[in-house]
Amino acid sequence: MDILNTLVLLANFVFVPAIAYGSQLALGALGVTLIYGILRFSNFAHGDTMAFGTMVTVLVTWLLQSWGVSLGPLPTALLALPFGIAVTAALVLWTDRVVYKFYRKQKAKPVILVIVSMGVMFVMNGLVRFIIGPDDQRFADGERFIIGARDFKKMTGLDEGLAIKTSQGLTVVTAVLVVAALFWFLNHTRTGKSMRAYSDNEDLALLSGINPERVVAVTWILVAALATVAGVLYGLDKSFKPFTYFQLLLPIFASAIVGGLGSPLGAIAGGFVIAFSEVTITYAWKKAAGYILPESLAPDGLLQLLAVDYKFAVSFVILVVVLLFKPTGLFKGKSV
Amino acid sequence: MNDTVKTTALFGLVAVLILGTGFFQSWNSALGILNMGLISAIMAMGVNLQWGFAGLFNVGIMGFVGLGGLATVLVSMPPVPAAWAAGGVNIWVALLVGALSLAAVILVRSRLPQGNLRAVVTWVLLIAGFAIYRSLFDPARDAIEKVNPALEGYLGGLGLPVLLAWPVGGLLAAGAAWIIGKTALGLRSDYLAIATLGIAEIIIAIMKNEDWLARGVKNVNGLPRPLPYEIDLQADPSFVEKAASFGLDPVTASTLYVKLGYSVLFTIVLLIILFLMQRSLHSPWGRMMRAIRDNEDAARAMGKNVTRRHLQIFILGSAICGLAGAMMTTLDGQLTPGTYQPLRYTFLIWVMVIVGGSGNNLGAVLGGFLIWFLWVQVEPFGRWLMELVTAGMEPGNALREHLLASAAHMRLLTMGLVMLVMLRFSPRGLLPEK
Amino acid sequence: MVGGYGRGPDILHGVTIEVDRGEIAVIVGPNGAGKSTAMKAVFGMLNVHSGSVMFDGEDIRTLTPQARVAKGMGFVPQTHNIFTSMSVEDNLEMGAFLRKDDFADTMEQVYDLFPILKEKRNQHAGELSGGQRQQVAVGRALMTQPKLLMLDEPTAGVSPIVMDELFDRIIEVARTGISILMVEQNARQALEIADKGYVLVQGANAHTGTGKELLADPQVRKSFLGG
Repeated sequence: MDILNTLVLLANFVFVPAIAYGSQLALGALGVTLIYGILRFSNFAHGDTMAFGTMVTVLVTWLLQSWGVSLGPLPTALLALPFGIAVTAALVLWTDRVVYKFYRKQKAKPVILVIVSMGVMFVMNGLVRFIIGPDDQRFADGERFIIGARDFKKMTGLDEGLAIKTSQGLTVVTAVLVVAALFWFLNHTRTGKSMRAYSDNEDLALLSGINPERVVAVTWILVAALATVAGVLYGLDKSFKPFTYFQLLLPIFASAIVGGLGSPLGAIAGGFVIAFSEVTITYAWKKAAGYILPESLAPDGLLQLLAVDYKFAVSFVILVVVLLFKPTGLFKGKSV
Repeated sequence: MNDTVKTTALFGLVAVLILGTGFFQSWNSALGILNMGLISAIMAMGVNLQWGFAGLFNVGIMGFVGLGGLATVLVSMPPVPAAWAAGGVNIWVALLVGALSLAAVILVRSRLPQGNLRAVVTWVLLIAGFAIYRSLFDPARDAIEKVNPALEGYLGGLGLPVLLAWPVGGLLAAGAAWIIGKTALGLRSDYLAIATLGIAEIIIAIMKNEDWLARGVKNVNGLPRPLPYEIDLQADPSFVEKAASFGLDPVTASTLYVKLGYSVLFTIVLLIILFLMQRSLHSPWGRMMRAIRDNEDAARAMGKNVTRRHLQIFILGSAICGLAGAMMTTLDGQLTPGTYQPLRYTFLIWVMVIVGGSGNNLGAVLGGFLIWFLWVQVEPFGRWLMELVTAGMEPGNALREHLLASAAHMRLLTMGLVMLVMLRFSPRGLLPEK
Repeated sequence: MVGGYGRGPDILHGVTIEVDRGEIAVIVGPNGAGKSTAMKAVFGMLNVHSGSVMFDGEDIRTLTPQARVAKGMGFVPQTHNIFTSMSVEDNLEMGAFLRKDDFADTMEQVYDLFPILKEKRNQHAGELSGGQRQQVAVGRALMTQPKLLMLDEPTAGVSPIVMDELFDRIIEVARTGISILMVEQNARQALEIADKGYVLVQGANAHTGTGKELLADPQVRKSFLGG
């Protein structure tokens, strides 16, 4: 019984949140890694792209809600998501045209593009705050839980409850679908393969007649979609606040780098590595230890390795360790 | 237009802008802009040293500025004897144990051959060290934080003159930069960027959460000043008399007096740093740094120790940012870790360097002043613009209310646009490197 | 042709190269003679300041390299000539990127020519040996069904046995009616299979003739073939 209780406890407070958070990070890191692979720079504006896409989705969700449209148990935001993606795609394509294209033509050094992306970050950040304000916005509706803690206890007769939020279930399902679609696209369509070819060997791709501008445009559309989906899922799971999205930049970059920049598979692995580390290290293990250990050994403290406020430190330390011992990441990424 | 004329004209523009603020708004805000402009200029010089001279991409400025602020508290606040008695020694012992176990791990990893033994010893040392550290640290921390929590609850500082905090702030930042530089400087430029971004977040997180150190988000108020207090000035008959002779009331006169005092102090620091930076830029050392920046491989082939030079300049630049951070906290008179945000303390400084002209010290100073002026003035200007745009709408119109309330966020938008326009049309900045 | 890179000084000072249908033309010469440069000039990767580049009776001097690929020129660079992270089959497919028609037949022809590639079609090209990589590179260029195939030192860095095999394959390709223009370090072997040979010295034609003639020319032998 105690073992079961421990497992349920851990599932409730560690596995389920970490899987959801890991999926969100993985989607974010995929966007970063695609930009890196194709456009060859680290996009500092990615967090704010996520914020922008989420903002558009939130606004459309509110509009739909005011019309009385709903998806029943599922959040209305799912209906608004395509609009969010479309508007974000338009924005990033336009940004590419008026900002990044100039530097691409000049063959500017990657670090110049990083600085340029800092400028874009400012503008997007300002835009989001200007339109929706800097405050917390809740836009989740529908059923809150797939299974509540109380129901679970009643069902199983255990002392510990397991609650799975709709947003968590949705995150995982959506992430799996999106990632499957992305990999199918990259591995089985001509356009997707041409993107991989361009990322692998730009000169040879040109010699083969692959149009770089088309590859870049498709990349931005994919990035807009990934960023918006990641942002909306994160917002449904927690809440939407522009500044939080800006701060997500760090764990997202950590995921992408830990997995190996430029490697989509690595981005996913990195996302889960970071998420699980953050959650396990900031989780208070006292109760779990209380179940397994004999009473005499029960700990006095919370058995929390680090306070929750230090979760950034966790992604950071993992990042540094990986960079020092395996600079190309877990899955071999590009090192330009 | 030759360089000198251009430089003079641009600095003249800065003077006109600040004086204009004085005439049209208030001398109080004009001096406010001047003082923060001076501090921003120093920060911009620090970043310029790293990016402009050596091509090091540091986006962790916020962290170094924060450490400077922390130094102000640690140096200038009076110590809290009760807190020291409660756990002051234990907490430092705990930190020492933590540091020693880390040092032991590093030693073991360098001495023992690779293999299972090394892995086991590493983990044992890490886990045991962490357990001992926590068992010493936690009770000490709790004891300290229980001492008069409303006002103290921390160890306090050394009670030394606050001006001493400025160089100490630089030293603290230099120490952090040494650790970061040792680990991250060999990495590619964007990895260094991410690493510095991360360390800055961690430094601020520590300052927010370690209440025993500097009260965390409860803030430390009433930091000692290097200058007299307004209240004392107003109570001083000779000062009131002198103020009256300028035709000023005592309250205004005392604020202006204090602010001007800071301006003088900051200007002295700025001039010293500028002088040293100019000297080093035109010395063989400065030429070597730029040679390394322009062609690392060639410099390495010529036998220059590039990594060492980079570490040196990374530490120096960060120390300047730490110094400026200490100055800023002194000016504010309080340490408020909750207000440190990367957009304001890291990326804004970058805008200053880019706009001013990377690789040119005067450019960095100019950028510091201009961008700080813009940062402050965009807000009232934005509000005015929104008033204008929404003038035709009904009062109470939702869109109008929203636009007026959002005017404050014009800042970030403007900064981004300024930066992008500059990068596109004048990538070398207003005062380019010669 | 007279030309150079960008606005830099001319590297080629009057080079004439000609390949007829189904022929193998080989450019040889000492290091720095402008062999690769001459080939890149034909392909449009540097500025030809005077002279002309004719292809199929058409002056293509103003076309970009990509447009020349569409016209029927295939180019295999000396290095970085495959997509290492992609499978052999995807490499070939990318070679046919410009084609809108069904290219399954061409892929079969390439597999017939290089049977080992068929065997390893699903492996990453980066995992193959040096000689196999060169086969992938040539195969990729053949996918557009070019009329002219240009090879920049195809045997650089492969063993002598593999080199012989590669040369055999190149002859086979030429027999299908594709013209071949090739730059080679291994002058003797290359000239043996060449219908035309060009010896370049300091960016200009020094000797021209059939491969056999050049091999027999005492001056060429003395200066370039080591006696």
